[in-house]
Order: sequence, then C-alpha cells, then structure tokens
Amino acid sequence: MPVDIYLNVIVGGVLTGLVYGLMALGLSVIFGVMRVVNFAHGEMMTIAMYIAVALFSTFHLDPLVMLVPIAAVLFAFGYVLQAGLINNFITRPEYSQFLLLIAIAIIIVNTLLILFGPDSQNVQVSYAYDSFQLGPLIVDATKLHAGLTAVMVAVGLFAFFRLTRLGTAIRACADNYTGALVVGLDVKQLYALTFGIGAACVGAAGCMLLLIFDVTPSIGPAYTLLAFVIVIIGGMGSMPGAIVGGVLIGLTEAIAGLLFTPSAKSMFVFAILVLVLLARPQGILRSA
Amino acid sequence: MIGRLTEGIRPRTLIILAALLAFFIVAPLFASDYLLTMLILIFYFAYTGQSWNIMMGFAGQLSLGHALYVGLGAYAAAALFVHFGMAPWLGLAVAVPISAAAGAFIGFLAFRFRVAGVYFAVLTIAVAEFTRIGFDHLQWTGASAGLFLPVAQYAHNDLWTLRGHPAMFYYVLLAATAFAFIACRAMLQSRMGYFWLAIREDEEAARSAGIDTFRYKMLAVVISAAMTSFAGVIYAFYYNNLFPEQVFNISQSILIILAPMVGGLGTLFGPILGAFVIETVAEAMRTLLQWFGVDLPGTNQLFFGVVLLFVVLAVPEGVWPWLSKRMGLMEREP
Amino acid sequence: MSALLAVAGVTKRFRGLIAVDRVTFEVPAGGIFAVIGPNGAGKTTLFNMIAGVFRPDSGTIDFAGEQIAGLSPDRICRRGISRTFQIVRPFPALKVEDNVTIGALLHRKSVPDARAHAREVLRRLDLYGKREQRASALTLPDRKRLEVARALATDPKLLLLDEVMAGLRPTETDRMVRILKELNDEGRLTILLIEHVMRAVMALATHVLVMHHGAAISEGSPGEVVRDPAVIDSYLGAETVV
Ligand SMILES: Nc1ncnc2c1ncn2[C@@H]1O[C@H](COP(=O)(O)OP(=O)(O)OP(=O)(O)O)[C@@H](O)[C@H]1O
Ligand SMILES: [Mg+2]
Repeated sequence: MPVDIYLNVIVGGVLTGLVYGLMALGLSVIFGVMRVVNFAHGEMMTIAMYIAVALFSTFHLDPLVMLVPIAAVLFAFGYVLQAGLINNFITRPEYSQFLLLIAIAIIIVNTLLILFGPDSQNVQVSYAYDSFQLGPLIVDATKLHAGLTAVMVAVGLFAFFRLTRLGTAIRACADNYTGALVVGLDVKQLYALTFGIGAACVGAAGCMLLLIFDVTPSIGPAYTLLAFVIVIIGGMGSMPGAIVGGVLIGLTEAIAGLLFTPSAKSMFVFAILVLVLLARPQGILRSA
Repeated sequence: MIGRLTEGIRPRTLIILAALLAFFIVAPLFASDYLLTMLILIFYFAYTGQSWNIMMGFAGQLSLGHALYVGLGAYAAAALFVHFGMAPWLGLAVAVPISAAAGAFIGFLAFRFRVAGVYFAVLTIAVAEFTRIGFDHLQWTGASAGLFLPVAQYAHNDLWTLRGHPAMFYYVLLAATAFAFIACRAMLQSRMGYFWLAIREDEEAARSAGIDTFRYKMLAVVISAAMTSFAGVIYAFYYNNLFPEQVFNISQSILIILAPMVGGLGTLFGPILGAFVIETVAEAMRTLLQWFGVDLPGTNQLFFGVVLLFVVLAVPEGVWPWLSKRMGLMEREP
Repeated sequence: MSALLAVAGVTKRFRGLIAVDRVTFEVPAGGIFAVIGPNGAGKTTLFNMIAGVFRPDSGTIDFAGEQIAGLSPDRICRRGISRTFQIVRPFPALKVEDNVTIGALLHRKSVPDARAHAREVLRRLDLYGKREQRASALTLPDRKRLEVARALATDPKLLLLDEVMAGLRPTETDRMVRILKELNDEGRLTILLIEHVMRAVMALATHVLVMHHGAAISEGSPGEVVRDPAVIDSYLGAETVV
C-alpha cells in the first residue's frame, strides 16, 4: 500500500480522536470534580446528536453551526439532572451511583427510540463528500471541521478552568472538598455547573461526531464505554489526558481498521486499555 | 451443617420458603407456556445474579462484564455439542474451566497490578467486549452469523442432551437457583466468606488482619465465573442459537447485575427476590401497554428504566432488606 | 530479656520529606514500649513500616530473629504482629462479633472456634454486650476498643497500638490502660504503642522512645525521658513535667 494512504488514515484518525477526546473530557471533568462516573455519558451524547439530526432535517441547520445552542441545552439538562438527582448520590457507594445512572441511561435510550425509531440516521451536510488536498494528503472536510472544532472547544474549556474565577473555584472543589466548603464556596452549585459543563462537552462532541458517524438510539453504551476507556488511558480526572487518550484511540481505530478489518478495531482499543491498566493504572498523563 | 445453614432465619421464614419451593416444584403442572417462560427467565436471572453477587456483594469487586462467563459457557458447550455431539453435561466440564480461567485471568491482571474500583469494572467490560469481537470473527463457532443447535423435539425430554420441553429447563434452573442459594449461604458462613466480607468492607484493614486478599479475591472471581458459566450452558440449549452480539453484550451484563442490586446487594434472598420484581414489573408493563394498544418499540424498556429509578430512589438498600425489616423475616442478616 | 523486635537504622522518605530518619530501637519480649513525639514526627510511618504497609528505604526490621522489612501486611500479621489504625478502620457494616471473628479466623480453621475465641476477646475488652451491634453504630471509645479486639483476636506476639487513647475521656483512658496492663501481665503479650496521652504512657510503658522530625531524640524509662531537656524543648514543654 502506498505511504499516503497510511498518512491519510492517520490524519483522519487523529481528527476523529480529537472529537473522542472532547467527549471523554466531559466524563473526565465530571469524575475529576465530584468523583462520580457518568455511566450515561454516551447516552447524553446521543441526545445531542438527535437534536442536531432534527434541526438538520427540519431547518437544514448545520450541526456545527448549532453546536452552541445544542451544547447549551445539554448544559441545562446536565445541570438539572445533577441538582435534582445525582447530587443526592454523591456520598452513596459507587454501585448505588452506578445503578442510578444506568436507570437514567435506559430512560434516555428508550425515549430516543420512541421518538426517533430504531433506524440509523445521519446528516448530509453540503460538504459531506468534500476533501482538502495538501500535497499527497487528502483530508475529509467533515473530519477536518469536526477535529478543528473539537480543538477550539477544548482550548476554550482549558482557558475557562485556568483563567476564570468560576473555573478556579471548580478546580478548588475537585482538589479539596472540605477546603472548598470551608472557604465558603457553594459546592452544590459548583457540582451542578460541572455536570452541566461535562454534558455540554459531550453534547458538542456529539454535534461533531454526527458529521463522521451515523446515530442510532442504542449507540449510547458503546460511546460511554469508549469515553471511559479514553479517560482511563489518559488518566482519570486529567483534562489534557482525555485529549491525548482520545487521539491515541482515534489513531488506533484508524490504523487497526486499515490493517485488519474495521469490525475488529475495538479489539485493539481494548488491548491498549489492558496494557495501560497494567503498565500505568493511573493513566499515561498522571503521576503515580 | 443444616443447623448452621438455617441459623438466624426465623421459623416462619423457613416455612414460607418451603411453601414457595413446593409451589415452584408443582408450578409447571398448571402454568401456561407464557408463565413458564417468564419463570424460566426469573430463575435464570436469580441464578446468574446469585453468582455475580459473590464477587460484588460478598467480596466487593464490581464486575460489569459477567456476560463474558455466560458467553464462554454457552459457546463452549454448544460448539462441543454441534461439532462432536458432546452432551452439555460433559461440555460443562470444559465450559466451566474455560470461564474460571477467564475469571482468573482478569483477576490476576487486576489484583496483581492494583487495578481496583471503577478501573476494575471497566477492565471486566473491556475483556467481555474484546471476547465478543473475537467471537464475531471466530469461524469455528459460526462467527457473527451465529451458532445454531439442532432444534429440540418437544415430544420427549432428554435431560442428558438438554433437548426438550421448556419445563425441563425450568426444573434445571430451579435446581440451580436452589443450589446456588445454599452454596452461597454455606460459603458466607465459612472462613472464606468472613474474609470476603472483610475485604469488601475495608481491604487495607483486612490485609492488616492477616488476610491474603489477593488469594480470596481470586477465589471470588473464579467461583463466580465458574457458576455463571453454567447459566451460559443452559442459555445455549434453551435458545438453541447463539450470537456474540447477544450473549456477550454489555446489556446482558447489566441485566445480570440488576436482580441482586434491586433485591439487595450482598444478601442471599436479594438476587431471587430482585429477579421476581424485575421480571414481574417488565411483564406487567408489557401487558399494560398491550392493553392500551401502545406498540412503540422502547416503551416497555422506558418504563423499566423509570421503575429502576424509583427503586434506586425509594429503596436504595434493595427490596429484600426493606421487606425483611417490614415483615420481621430474619433474626439477623446472613 | 531478648529483643522480640529489633529496628535498626530504618529510614523512610516521601518525595523530599524524610518522615523517618535512621531510627534504631529494640522492643524486649514481654515489655510495653511507647513511642511518643509531636504531630508529624513520623510515628505512624514507623508503624507502617513495621506492619508492612511501607517498605523502608533503608535499615532492617527483625522480628523474632527474622527479617520482616518489605513483607506484605498480611504476611507480617500471620507471623505475629498485629496493629490498630490511628484513624480506626472497623468493618463498618459487620457486627462487632464478626469484626473480631475475622481476626480470630487467622489461625483458626473452624468458624465456631473462631467465634468462641472472639467472644472471649470481646469480654476482655468490655464489648461483649455490644457484640450484636453493627460496628458503624459504635461510639468512638467503643470503636477504639473494637480495633484493639480485632487485632488481639489474631493471637499476636506483638501488638502495635497507634494512639488508641486519643479522643477518649479520662475514665475511658483508665479503662483502656487497665485492659492493656492485664493483657501484658497474663498473656505476656508484648505491646508497642504510640501515644500522646502522657498519663497513659507513664502508667503503662516500661520504655519510651521519643521521635522528632523523623529522628529518635531520646530513649529510656518514662521517668528519664520526661526529664530529658531535648524532649522538654521539642515536645512536652516545661509545664507538663511539673
Ligand atoms: N503516605 C504519605 N505520603 C506522603 N507523606 C506522608 C505519608 N504519610 C505520612 N507522611 C508525612 O510524613 C510525616 C510523618 O507523618 P506520620 O503520620 O508518621 O506522623 P505521626 O508522628 O504519626 O503524627 P501524628 O501524631 O499526627 O499521628 C508527616 O509530615 C506526614 O505528612
Ligand atoms: Mg500518627
């Protein structure tokens, strides 16, 4: 096979991986701050994807254009969900939180199934089949748009957590719960905000991913698992780790799909997970 | 032995239990096919839930990948039957060690390298998914196109090759559930059981009390995996067809853990009661929706999610502890 | 009297910080040996090395003539060293009796035997009446005694007690002192304890080691140690002695 095929696949993998990274970032932020694993993460993403599908099919609105309002809707969803339900479970044992989120996930999947039916759907944007040529390199327009948008959103989030007072307050909560209470932070409110931000992240990622993949109601669990794997690979609670992990997984999938059969690509993802768990259980970007 | 096994259980509870057992033994005589199918599912999930409970409820190790052991058991026995005509009870002698080895593999990786909690849970899902995709490509077992057993003749029951009427499967699962219940009770009252509980409660404190936590966690995984794989064998011979996409699916794993979680984690009656609650609710939903003429895919599952949510919010400890307290069924929890 | 436990030149660093700095001492068989020192002196870290939670960066730990440094906590416990945690860690959802039975099962194969032994231990620690309660329902003094009971049930030769009197009222402290004395007298159980409550140390210890900033700064009988100017400066403060 000629070298440029590899190159094209690698670039495509990295771009998809950036979107994966953004999706995982949402999970990582939620876990990092409140130590709750969002087992309904992928399902929340499918909500965003279906909103985007609906907006596209009725008003012909590009998912990337609608990214901000959709992310805002997901933010509100996440905020309400956390404040109304999940917050009561913060101090409960892990399995109890798990059961709660599984219930939420089942409700989401089946509501979408009732509303949109079981068939897979996608959006046919005007640039669906366009590609850019850079020397020997051919890049799909959809992947390029999606990947670059993911970078922009991620950078925005980093800036938010580093530079704004609110972001700093949330990080303070993550580092030291009691300390945050003592200095008078409204931890409850910050937790709800964090869950909202995590949901907005995965909502934005859903808009981007819709350019690359189809959506069905039942796809949620697979993405939850993928986000999970990425976060573990990158390091639970590490924000750069999520992006790096996402890119690594995007690359792995792309290369495995090229060298073997696309249907076996997840095997390689899980193999990497096992290797990382054994070599660096804390994740590649975290110190022991 | 019997004395120890029944210790702490009120006489009236024992009488209720005996009556229930007698009822379930005669149930197939008058139960409709519909009811029988439902009871089969209930005891299937009671049994798998009981097996899963050993890991999570007793030893505190959260496995979200128990479909792996069901799938391995199912495929091993079914493939041996299809290819070599080996009876499932002989196939069991291969299926159980394979599943136990898979459990030992996961346990060894996790416990040697200190992969714990959520990380451990994800490892179990990952191995199950890995295996699912592997079976999707394994030609010997029909790959993703599925593995089919010669379909049963309902004329006569052959227990040895597990070909026959659903009632036969019902009795096998009923016996398995009873066996698992007694075995779990005995294990919980053994030295190993105490050590499991110690590990579940506080692993570091358990280690400093002299418990070889690696060893006892390994025992929990291996026993749980071995027991679960038996359910897989029954699954294969009951449904007569196997698809990796179905048996190894994450949703299978989740179904397995729901009964003990809803019924009461770490309790012995929890998995059985939970299986009844879940199946009954699911069936009631289905009937109700039919009654109203609602025929949208997902409605049934949606209500199921809502009920689950209700259980989590209203009886977070599970239904059994709540019921047992209400009705004074136990002198002390096992 | 021969040494049951011999710690020699043991050091432990956490990143830059030297938590324990070349500490050497010997605990004679049958004695009650106390380690005292201000907060952060490295006492718990020293215990953690003896109990196998941490491997020392350097130095040796001999127990009953054998090298135990670096063995896992469960191995060390099986050899006869049992410990309590400064921040108590009972098995919360289990009954008091089951907590102690778990300890007793270490050297007993049969559960009824272990239970019988556990009851005996519970009686000694004045917890028998509470054996059916969940550990999480106990008060702090009770939990501290439960911690001791569980450790004791493993039939140790050496008992490591990390601040079992902290947070107890004086009457509770005296009760614990009495219990420990009994254990030491009849069972010839050797005890190594970390303690801030000087009243208890003076009443119990045959020998005291004082730690400060990771190092052993003084050693001797309780009477000697409290008069050592270095100890008064760094830990006790002048008023305590008077
Ligand atoms: N696991 C650890 N990681 C990093 N530093 C630690 C760890 N354990 C203890 N330290 C540090 O080592 C020093 C000694 O701590 P240690 O707990 O041994 O003190 P201590 O004498 O038991 O104090 P106290 O009387 O408060 O219990 C402290 O500065 C502490 O912060
Ligand atoms: Mg200390």
